Amino acid sequence: MRVEIAGQDALIVYFGEQASAAVSAHIQRAVVEINSQMADIVVDLVPSYASLLVIYDIDQCDHFEVRKRLREALRDLDTTEAVGGELVTLPVYYSLESGPDLEIIAERGKISVDDVIEIHLAGEYRVYAIGFAPGFAYLGEVDERIAAPRLATPRQKVPRGAVAIADRQTAVYPAQSPGGWNLIGLCPTRMFDPEQQPSMPVQVGDRIRFESIERDEYLSLGGNL
Amino acid sequence: MTGFIVKQPGLLTLIQDLGRFGAHNLGLTNGGPLDVQAFAWANRLLGNPANASALEISFGGLSLESGIDTAIVVTGAELPIKVNGETIAEWQTHPVKPGDLIELGYTTRGTRAYLAVAGGFAIPASFGSSATVVREKIGGLNGDKLQENDQLPCASQTLQQNYYLADDDRPQYAERAILRVVPGYQQSTFDPVERHRFFSSQYRVTDRSDRMGFRLEGEAIKSDINSMLSEGICHGAVQIPADGQPIVLMNDRQTIGGYPKIGSVIALDTAKLAQLNPGSTISFEPISAEYAHNLHWLAKSRFDRTQPLKC
Repeated sequence: MRVEIAGQDALIVYFGEQASAAVSAHIQRAVVEINSQMADIVVDLVPSYASLLVIYDIDQCDHFEVRKRLREALRDLDTTEAVGGELVTLPVYYSLESGPDLEIIAERGKISVDDVIEIHLAGEYRVYAIGFAPGFAYLGEVDERIAAPRLATPRQKVPRGAVAIADRQTAVYPAQSPGGWNLIGLCPTRMFDPEQQPSMPVQVGDRIRFESIERDEYLSLGGNL
Repeated sequence: MTGFIVKQPGLLTLIQDLGRFGAHNLGLTNGGPLDVQAFAWANRLLGNPANASALEISFGGLSLESGIDTAIVVTGAELPIKVNGETIAEWQTHPVKPGDLIELGYTTRGTRAYLAVAGGFAIPASFGSSATVVREKIGGLNGDKLQENDQLPCASQTLQQNYYLADDDRPQYAERAILRVVPGYQQSTFDPVERHRFFSSQYRVTDRSDRMGFRLEGEAIKSDINSMLSEGICHGAVQIPADGQPIVLMNDRQTIGGYPKIGSVIALDTAKLAQLNPGSTISFEPISAEYAHNLHWLAKSRFDRTQPLKC
């Protein structure tokens, strides 16, 4: 664990050099400890692949005190257990209709469209980070056979719920937006709903599995085509 | 509904409070006033709570019609202000009555002005804040900038006494600024020559600067990092992308990103940067985190001890 200054009221804690399930689980436990022991001085936390940004209240403390409190809060953190996080299942309607880039990924990997779907379904993914847009969860890692680079020209409009792949990451678009990821299906679950509590079905550190659903079920769960 | 009606929204007028905190874990950014000092003075002159909702007016052009008896104040960038065609002063509270037309011209010095009303605008909080972030469609009225005919609700209020801030106590908006930076993040991975170049060069503010980030133009800074994992970005972080032209990340920045950062501009100086027009010149000066902390406390103490004067 390495602590660096980020700004006048922020420290960044690095838990490793690479993203991994173990590092992610470690960060998730750190978030829990900091939230319970340091809520009086912590303003915001940004967990990501291998780091945790800690933004503190500069009116109440300085970076020396935050470092000391972090050392105490994280000293006895159990680093042996590799899993952790909730297991969340997200339904996906995979088809050429809902996943316009399925064929491109299949061609790249010299496999069939059904194989692409099956390989995507077989994985258990971890929420490594949330960012880019409200509710956008970066999930990793997909099997190399279905990894695909971002589109050379991003789409102007990616629909809400689009299930997508970029390199070895996968995600569900929380809202309609421009986007350069490869689209393979549609998920009817709202990934970000400001009216709901909680507003997201997942948080950083959770484990995600996808489940294949048919067109009818997708529509009956509130999905749009 | 009582309050104000937007006759002309101006180029970019946003409802802001101090910002949205504690929601980075959902990917929500802070929002909030780019020039937090001018914003703070607007509320202070009216005796409002520090977090009361006010308007951030970028480059001017806003017109409002009052539907109530209350008081207003405009702080920040210099611009002409008229009430029913009569010029009124900035940094000074003014009573308004139903039917009054408040017209703001375009900024002549600085770029962000703040209009506050006694008691603040009554805007429901979203994730704990009324701050508008257009990119996220969160806060303000429907998550958007002000539009013609928008209604800005607020309660009627009579101010017993009008106040102004003395000339000497007002910030001076210039065409150049020195931005103090706390070195951090990947700073140790930059070659000493590159670090020296960064802290000894002059940069120009480009017109590709907005509430997400201010893009600068000048000596390119080379980073030895080719790829890095995305990580949390704090307010004021100075990102060095592949072309070497620094970007200072502001209130509406994305919460995570994967470009190397050399440190972060202190909040007192992002406020100065926010008031600069494209083409203005800036340079960077490294300071320790402890010194940054002291500067914060000095500014806070000065703000608390400076008293508005009675009109």
